[in-house]
Amino acid sequence: MVSPTSNPAAVKTDAQGREAILQVRNLKKYFPILSGIVFQRQVGAVKAVDDISFDVYKGETLGLVGESGCGKSTTGRTILQLYKPTSGSVQFEGRELSTLPNEELRRMRKRMQIIFQDPFASLNPRMTVGAIISEPLVIHRMYSNKREQQEYVENLMERVGLNPFYINRYPHEFSGGQRQRVGIARALALKPTFIVADEPISALDVSIQAQVINLLADLQQELNLTYLFIAHDLSMVRHICDRVAVMYLGKIVELGPTDEVYENPLHPYTQALLSAVPIPDPMAESKRQRIILTGDVPSPARPPIGCNFNTRCPVHFELCHHDPDPPLLEVEPGRWVACHRVSEI
Amino acid sequence: MAVLMEVKNLVTRFYTQEGIVYAVNDVSYNLQEGETLGIVGESGSGKSVHALSIMGLIPSPPGKVEGGEVIFRGRDLLKLKSEEMRLVRGAEVAMIFQDPMTSLNPVLTVGTQITEALKLHLGMSSSAANARAAELLDMVGIPDASKRLDNYPHQFSGGMRQRVMIAMALSCNPKLLIADEPTTALDVTIQAQIIELVKRLRDELRMAMIWITHDLGVVAGLADTIQVMYGGRIVERGPVKEVFSDPRHPYTLGLLKSLPRLDQNRKSSKLIQIEGAPPDMRYLPQGCSFAVRCPYKKDKCEVERPPLETIREAEGQHLGACWVDVREGEPQRG
Repeated sequence: MVSPTSNPAAVKTDAQGREAILQVRNLKKYFPILSGIVFQRQVGAVKAVDDISFDVYKGETLGLVGESGCGKSTTGRTILQLYKPTSGSVQFEGRELSTLPNEELRRMRKRMQIIFQDPFASLNPRMTVGAIISEPLVIHRMYSNKREQQEYVENLMERVGLNPFYINRYPHEFSGGQRQRVGIARALALKPTFIVADEPISALDVSIQAQVINLLADLQQELNLTYLFIAHDLSMVRHICDRVAVMYLGKIVELGPTDEVYENPLHPYTQALLSAVPIPDPMAESKRQRIILTGDVPSPARPPIGCNFNTRCPVHFELCHHDPDPPLLEVEPGRWVACHRVSEI
Repeated sequence: MAVLMEVKNLVTRFYTQEGIVYAVNDVSYNLQEGETLGIVGESGSGKSVHALSIMGLIPSPPGKVEGGEVIFRGRDLLKLKSEEMRLVRGAEVAMIFQDPMTSLNPVLTVGTQITEALKLHLGMSSSAANARAAELLDMVGIPDASKRLDNYPHQFSGGMRQRVMIAMALSCNPKLLIADEPTTALDVTIQAQIIELVKRLRDELRMAMIWITHDLGVVAGLADTIQVMYGGRIVERGPVKEVFSDPRHPYTLGLLKSLPRLDQNRKSSKLIQIEGAPPDMRYLPQGCSFAVRCPYKKDKCEVERPPLETIREAEGQHLGACWVDVREGEPQRG
């Protein structure tokens, strides 16, 4: 396997012969901090995504986890070019997206879609559900025949578990779980191959979450979809993701097959993060050893010198406080960790 | 242990333009001194409204506590005049909320807000209150406590703000702390810090706690007793270990089965899901409010509401409100 940081364009398949549908290399997204009211000038930058590289393989679900402000949602949106990357490369199905002209990018968007977190904010309240789901079809002029289009939308609604009878209703008439199904139907309308699911269940009630997760899993199998699943619910990520990438303050600190990362986390942040998640079982809870991190996540506008985690890390030493920060290295086949102490852990 | 608080037949409704919301319907339970009660339920289950009713904090109109008693150390809190209730609130029963930013006043320093309660309830002088406030901030793990008294809420992070709220809540040594989803807005590593802190303070100060959450994991690690609410009613209640290992209400059972676990490999690609959606609290059914979603449903369930009855008397009462014995398995349907 080739290091994701070394040779950007060469890899199309990995050691197991899996085909990389998406290759992200040295991706950065900095948001400028401006000062001044009339004459604005840049006084700093929020390094929301700071030099990350990874592959997503065809048909897999890659989980992207981390706490609020770690850059996971920005990563998803920058990949889809909803934000223009500051630098770095995003190759999707072999084509470089970051330099693609707008018209061609629009055409590529048929193949990559996004499901948003908040089903209340991401649906236009003045459009019927049918209009919302068919909007991508209209934009991309998929159907010239109105009736065929409506038939397709009705099929889609049925597929995601909505009664097609409600095609002319408005979003406020639906519950949170049903609205998320509308969002899923809209994302599926153009038959994409790759979907960024940006916290698709975190706004939903507990008893509804499993319904939506099961739907996403069914659709993946049926339509051979590839997911980038952005989440902070680490238990759910273990359930649905094949591999997981852990982000902290704009960087990937660990990446590997889900079960391996969960059973034997290598980065001290991953270890603390996993130990902090409560398990719904009093017997298991009473036996657990928690690693309680001190302090808060530093501001991404002023990340610490050296490793980003050094302000909270229980095992930091001198090297961690100097630049450059630890690189993401493959320590076992398929397992990537960015930590100076990884050989000792 | 003695009973600290008795909630009897509590009923709270909201009279809105869209209709009457039956938020809390006949909720009764006892809380022992020093006990930690975890209340679990989804949005609209009545778990938060029931707590606000106890505290006399239901906005009226549109809300109204229409019936019931809350006997706290011999007095019915619902019958107190608002001035009397103000002396109970903060001093004997304190509450912390989900969003510490909206619960703190943004234009007053944190020191002013903490000392306010100390002066009001304990009659402290300004200098004594300031010293005590610094002590409290130190107790909840805020570094440089005496300097930070002069800071405003926006100068604290989310986790630190929740610590400030906890310091304020504990300032008068309350007998009962009601925590309404206090860690829901926080990241999981910060949640772990706060829970660790609350556990330590609970044991030091020997207070009782009601912890309201939708996270069954948090309850598993924190509570002595769990109370599951659905449709404004208690549907199951019992000692935490027993309810998790032997859930008897189909809703509790369904929730536990639908949750993936951090410490388990995925066994199949599908989660066991609960069908349907939570009920519209304006139009609660005549029978059991879970019946429409229940895989165990019998004809009786739709007509007659099951009472909350003792299932087992072990190290604590295990109660459930269901006509069916879930141990007999789901009925086969054609």
